[in-house]
Amino acid sequence: MSGLHIVVCGSIVPDPLQTLEPVTTPAGPGLKNEMMLPAILDPWAGHALFEAANLAKSVAGSKVYLVSLGPKAKLQQVMMTIGQKAPFELVVADGPASGFTDAAEVAAELAAAIEAIPGLDKSQLLVFGGWQSASRGAGATLQMLGERLGITDQFQGVDEIKMQADGSFTVLERIEGGSYQLSSCAGTPAVLGWATGNLPEPPNNPQIGMANMRLIMPALQKAKPAKVSTGEVSFVAVELPKQVRETRVVKDMALEEMAKEIVDWIRG
Amino acid sequence: METILYLAHTEEDGSLSKAALEVVSAAKDLASGLSGSLAIGLVGRDVQAAADALAGCGAATIYGASGEAFAVSRYSTDVAALQALCQAAKPTLVISVADSRLSRAMPGVAQRLGGRIDTHLTGLSVKDGQPLATRWYYRQRMVADFNRPQRPWFLTVDAGCFAAYAGAPGQAQVQAVTPVLPVERTKVLGIQSPAADQQTIRPDAQVLFVTGAGWTKKQADGATHVPEAAALILGFLNGTKASLGSSKSLVDMGGEGESVLPFLTHLHQVGQTGSTPRHPKGLATCCHGEEPHVVGWRFITERRAVNLDAGCGWARGKADVLYVTDAFALMKRVNELLG
Repeated sequence: MSGLHIVVCGSIVPDPLQTLEPVTTPAGPGLKNEMMLPAILDPWAGHALFEAANLAKSVAGSKVYLVSLGPKAKLQQVMMTIGQKAPFELVVADGPASGFTDAAEVAAELAAAIEAIPGLDKSQLLVFGGWQSASRGAGATLQMLGERLGITDQFQGVDEIKMQADGSFTVLERIEGGSYQLSSCAGTPAVLGWATGNLPEPPNNPQIGMANMRLIMPALQKAKPAKVSTGEVSFVAVELPKQVRETRVVKDMALEEMAKEIVDWIRG
Repeated sequence: METILYLAHTEEDGSLSKAALEVVSAAKDLASGLSGSLAIGLVGRDVQAAADALAGCGAATIYGASGEAFAVSRYSTDVAALQALCQAAKPTLVISVADSRLSRAMPGVAQRLGGRIDTHLTGLSVKDGQPLATRWYYRQRMVADFNRPQRPWFLTVDAGCFAAYAGAPGQAQVQAVTPVLPVERTKVLGIQSPAADQQTIRPDAQVLFVTGAGWTKKQADGATHVPEAAALILGFLNGTKASLGSSKSLVDMGGEGESVLPFLTHLHQVGQTGSTPRHPKGLATCCHGEEPHVVGWRFITERRAVNLDAGCGWARGKADVLYVTDAFALMKRVNELLG
């Protein structure tokens, strides 16, 4: 089997522990102090990256690219950490990473960035990404990207890929009710939208970080501007959920009474 | 005038799922509100039974793509079938349920037909003569109402947002379409599910039982009690037929070599990188104040929590009742009462 060319698509999202507040901007909805919020690599895209690195290790001659559409200043910060976890070559499209951008426009920019990767062998291509982002959460970008690249073997909610010696592979996809669908595919090219996979987050490795940084900084410097917007969507309202519950704190009740209350509530 | 095409796939037995029937109601309401026409597009091994079930829904035409190639959930054949159905119906609005099969395929169809797609809608209405979509952003942290001018506009709707269509069945005339099938490179080998008595993810359960990392921490005696925790959790699930959810921290412990509850997987995870399930009631135990847990609970109607911190940031203002006590002792007694 020839080496794989694994392109992982993933951008940044606000750290999940941050409080988010929507605001109106000239370009559409956004987040208050968006450029000031601490960012992380989108969690499911992160799983995709770690799975890609693991897969590349097992197939000689493989290479991993991380294609990221986001503001390059924020990407640079996030790459300081992510760059130490897995070997990859970064490709940057400099544009907004907002959850309110249109998935079709994002797919178009990602396709253009991937098509422009020098030496990319599309016959050996696996396109990875998170099956949803933690921002838009549409689960639509990878499929449209795959269509643009002419790839019609696509899998979503992937937790496992097993490569065979002949280049074919099997995939486990999440379906309803805690079950998996097992499929086999004849080989590359394919698109895989990852759920959490099975790998823990790799520890930081300074040697990997130094090797990556030689390519990350030039990639950031030569990032092309990406034209993505909200895609003509008219947002009538964007707001935080208003409901705040009046929490009844029960701490002086006897255990027996608490238990009865819970059972009555469940049966009620 | 808008032409609305409702798309669905049949289940193994030829029927439509409850979630799919919910979106029939959404499509009917949309067609009525927009004074538009409604068409149905069905994919599956044999779509006649599903078509008959929708015979009285008011659709002008029912299209079908049927055959062995469409008996299974596979991107290449599903996209080909849905594309053909759309080309036959020439819709301006296309609506389907956001289940795993159609969530995988619909964006590809939108791309092929030059349309745009918005997914995981939780609401769909008509305002000022235009469709108005509602969905959440940033993992259920903020909600938006919007519309868009592009057509065809593809919409997928999450389960649990509309009442299921329950019209009388009839004898439907299905107009067959013949998709252009690609070379088949992907084969569906089967479905892997836990045995029925070991399945702890139950989407239709009345109660979601969420377990947090506290279950595996040292207790008052200075020791962990993981086997006891596992027995209590499973006892509650068996006694109530509740669905099991977990915080990320608890699931991740397995990968970090710590004591772990043996029946938990990433599939149980709720929150930022997990699911956001819909259940009428939710009981959280030993979870603590991170926003991801709130995210995971967005669509739980009645919420109660058990933990040792009366000031727990996630419970205050988010749960209806917070029981401040030892979850081990409380759940043991709850299980005894449940019998």
